[in-house]
Amino acid sequence: MTQQQTEGGDVRLTGISKTYGSFTAVHPLDLTVPQGSFFALLGASGCGKTTTLRMIAGLEEATTGTVSLGGRDITGLPPYKRPVNTVFQSYALFPHLDVSENIAFGLRRRGIRSVSRQVGEMLDLVQLGDFARRKPHQLSGGQQQRVAVARALINHPQVLLLDEPLGALDLKLRRRMQLELKRIQTEVGITFIHVTHDQEEAMTMADTVAVMNGGRVEQLGAPADLYENPRTTFVANFLGTSNLIEGEIVSAGTDVVVAAGGGKLTLPGGRCPSPVRSGGKLLVGIRPEKMSLTHTDDADRIPEGRNRVTGRITDSSFIGVSTQYVVESTAGTALQVYEQNIERDSRFQPGAEVILHWNPGHTFGLDAAQSIDAGAAGADGPEAVA
Amino acid sequence: MSVTKAPPAHPAEAAVRKPSTRRRLVPYWLLLPGILWLLVFFALPMVYQASTSVQTGSLEKGFEVTWHVRTYWDALTDYYPQFVRSLLYAGTATLLCLLLGYPLAYLIAFKAGRWRNLVLVLVVAPFFTSFLIRTLAWKTILADGGAVVDALNTLHVLDVTAWLGWTENNRILATPMAVVCGLTYNFLPFMILPLYTSLERIDGRLHEAAGDLYATPATTFRKVTLPLSMPGVVSGTLLTFIPASGDYVNAELLGSADTKMVGSVIQTQFLRVLDYPTAAALSFILMAVVLLVVTVYIRRSGTEDLV
Repeated sequence: MTQQQTEGGDVRLTGISKTYGSFTAVHPLDLTVPQGSFFALLGASGCGKTTTLRMIAGLEEATTGTVSLGGRDITGLPPYKRPVNTVFQSYALFPHLDVSENIAFGLRRRGIRSVSRQVGEMLDLVQLGDFARRKPHQLSGGQQQRVAVARALINHPQVLLLDEPLGALDLKLRRRMQLELKRIQTEVGITFIHVTHDQEEAMTMADTVAVMNGGRVEQLGAPADLYENPRTTFVANFLGTSNLIEGEIVSAGTDVVVAAGGGKLTLPGGRCPSPVRSGGKLLVGIRPEKMSLTHTDDADRIPEGRNRVTGRITDSSFIGVSTQYVVESTAGTALQVYEQNIERDSRFQPGAEVILHWNPGHTFGLDAAQSIDAGAAGADGPEAVA
Repeated sequence: MSVTKAPPAHPAEAAVRKPSTRRRLVPYWLLLPGILWLLVFFALPMVYQASTSVQTGSLEKGFEVTWHVRTYWDALTDYYPQFVRSLLYAGTATLLCLLLGYPLAYLIAFKAGRWRNLVLVLVVAPFFTSFLIRTLAWKTILADGGAVVDALNTLHVLDVTAWLGWTENNRILATPMAVVCGLTYNFLPFMILPLYTSLERIDGRLHEAAGDLYATPATTFRKVTLPLSMPGVVSGTLLTFIPASGDYVNAELLGSADTKMVGSVIQTQFLRVLDYPTAAALSFILMAVVLLVVTVYIRRSGTEDLV
């Protein structure tokens, strides 16, 4: 098999799905991953992201649909005939081979005899030059992970698939490997498809993130776009934290006014799901770091035109760069606010009466017909596990 | 000992130390039954047989140690065909066990799914019947005029095996083939179980990884599965070859005078001819030969390199 780096080597999934008996792991899915991009499939465990990846690798047979690569249909090809390589979650390094033989495995299978130069280059790329003769069990988790990446990359696949490759590493090492993987991807320019449950990881590394939930893609876009303009409560809660307040639409137009908890909140009509009708319900969303906290005694200092919610602090936790407050209010329970630790107001203690206020332009609207808590548990779940 | 001269400066410290010495002895106490067992049932008989092998005399006059080492040379020259035959039959049976057992062990380890335990029980099931009964049953299976012989005769397979010297006169019983069949059958579980254990330990994701790295299923087997199962192959072949080379039941029940293995000779010398020195010498020669073969085999297979 020859590997040609064709232009337009996009990965295209068309109506691909996977069912196990009566359980549908992946609902029919259309997805295009542009060549050379760093693409992340993000979701909680069991959302079908790994199954999708395995169908691209050929390790799982698709129930329906097709996988094509650079215009070539590869749905029927066994894994060993696909020009893609995988970095497995458990690394799956061959325990009986040393590091350099592990890396050379793919080249040797394709009948390439002199591999030492390429293996040497790969070892340099992943900075493991001194470990060539070690066995996998003599390496640390991070080193094994880099061997797994080198073993896949040496084949110059058209697409590199990464199945939660950083899941087994501790937090610090994970952050370092994220940067390293990003550096390698920029260096080699190969399409990376990265599966992860860590939203921070997906946002730091990927150009495009597809958020998956229950076997479907909920939303797809650039990390900042997903974060600022979530279209579902799942995305709003799973990517970072969102405060969602349910309210009734009072007036619609360029600005939408919503009545919630005895007050009125304004948000741009362009950030609401269409159609918006007065009298209808709407979920008003705002990110915790976009809100400011002011003690009720200083209420008159809040500039005009900002959205306001009055409440009482029930909890505060100091986390270094910021302090997180939980505020109880009539508009919504357990609203979260992150205040930068610049000038700390000593009155902000649990029990203090405060006003939350923010720029209406930072508000987004969501369809009220969905569960307000979707994805909320998954948002901090992975961090807690790690 | 200087215990009386220098009493412990800190009595408390001595008191703390005491239980730790007792704790240190615990492993030895636990080892004691095993060591005693080996001493009584292995070391002592070995010494006794070693002494017997260099004795001369007869049953009537009694035996005494005369350091008659020539017994070894005589035993070897008189019975070397049986030695060669033993190694050949045991080797062939081991190879057959490996060829039959590997696919089965592979199947149980990777493909059996929920049937795994049932198949494992089936592998061990023959042990619920006596070794002797099972071997005698093979007499019926391979009997002249039986279904197996008839079928093989019709297919002219026995002509081929006769040409190879494995069978003669269109029969299987009382030929080398019968003995090897019996050995293979009786020792097959000893091959399957270690193979299964080492195959079962192989992470299935390694197969996926090999496939992902352009290895065809056949190459995956050759480059990943087989090397990783070598510990099982080595222990399985040893567990088969060592007892098979000393076995005499199969040769006695399924073979003829021409297929006697060294185990039969030792048994005859001990129990019928009552030539104890020769029997003991034969036992030691067999042990030495097996030890040599096994050592060379382990050295060459290089399993100590495996994880």
